[in-house]
Amino acid sequence: MSLDPRVNRIDLHKVGSEEQHTNSHLITWEVFHQEKKGKQVIHVGIVHAPTPDLALILAKEQFGRRGATTNIWVTKTSDVYSFSSEDEDIFETTPEKTFRNPEFYKVRDRIEEYQAKHKTV
Amino acid sequence: MNKEAIQDLLYKMADDALIIGHRNSEWTGIGPMLEEDLAFASMAQDKVGHAQALYQICHEVFGDKDPDTIAFHREEKEFKCCQLVELPIGEYDFSLVRHFLFDHAELIRYEMLTTSTFQPLAQLARKVKGEIKYHVMHADSFLKQLAKGTEESHARMQSALNYAMPYALGIFEKSEYEDVLIKEGVFAGEDSLKEKWLEKITAIVTAAGLILPNVIDSNIIYGGRKGYHSKYLEPLLDEMTEVTRSDPRAEW
Repeated sequence: MSLDPRVNRIDLHKVGSEEQHTNSHLITWEVFHQEKKGKQVIHVGIVHAPTPDLALILAKEQFGRRGATTNIWVTKTSDVYSFSSEDEDIFETTPEKTFRNPEFYKVRDRIEEYQAKHKTV
Repeated sequence: MNKEAIQDLLYKMADDALIIGHRNSEWTGIGPMLEEDLAFASMAQDKVGHAQALYQICHEVFGDKDPDTIAFHREEKEFKCCQLVELPIGEYDFSLVRHFLFDHAELIRYEMLTTSTFQPLAQLARKVKGEIKYHVMHADSFLKQLAKGTEESHARMQSALNYAMPYALGIFEKSEYEDVLIKEGVFAGEDSLKEKWLEKITAIVTAAGLILPNVIDSNIIYGGRKGYHSKYLEPLLDEMTEVTRSDPRAEW
């Protein structure tokens, strides 16, 4: 987990909170899982819960009960922004643009030639 | 160290964990919502795991029978669990309140045991403290949510609390070994635990807008620690051991 101060770390031990738990309806929360410190926090699914506290509590058992976990993030599904499905054609030709991948350039031979000439390892 | 005193402590802790684990597992598949069904079942498994670890200590250190035999082949009278854990699951309000009351006591007990002079127990306590901490977080979050939810959810939590409290106080029933355990530094004692527990749950219950019922001493439900159980334990044991009794030699 980063030390990013913008992430809200919930103190689930606090006794009584100022914030009223008035949300009596279940909403969905997107759940992100981090396997090890320093690794990416990856989206793994959703949980239903009325509050962020309970979303975290429930996400822990849904997504953190097997294998290693260092932390979990939740965020309201309604706080997620995405492209309109009609605009997904903007990605259509991307897989064809192989020249953007390093493997596109067959430079291995030239690197080896250079290394041999200059006796670098 | 006093072997009988330590065994008494281990068995009562293990039997509590086994029986509440079994009880809470009864919610599997019929929980109030999918996510909670899974979380509650998962915590029930943890409890059975704690029982197994404690029986294993009895087996390894004191030469008692293996954990499966201890769990499945004892008479009702031999169990040392408190009556709180035996009660049927009832409705979800009761199961949550019992989980809240029981797990707070469990967390403090294990925290106290991290410095026990009986090393195997101190080691186990250090190992499982995170698990039980989560159980308490879960209980607190649901208690708070439902106490502040609707008029009905608030009333249900309060009445479950009123019903459970005389049983919950029975957790701290002392055995004849109490003084020995304290003197030898194995466990700081039920009175000390009860005091810390009352302070903790009073703060949470009050902040949630509920009232912790004041139970007079003569209304506390004791007996479990000495083998006197409610009418609910025997049928639970019958059900829990049904499969293993059908073929005790089967390998799983």
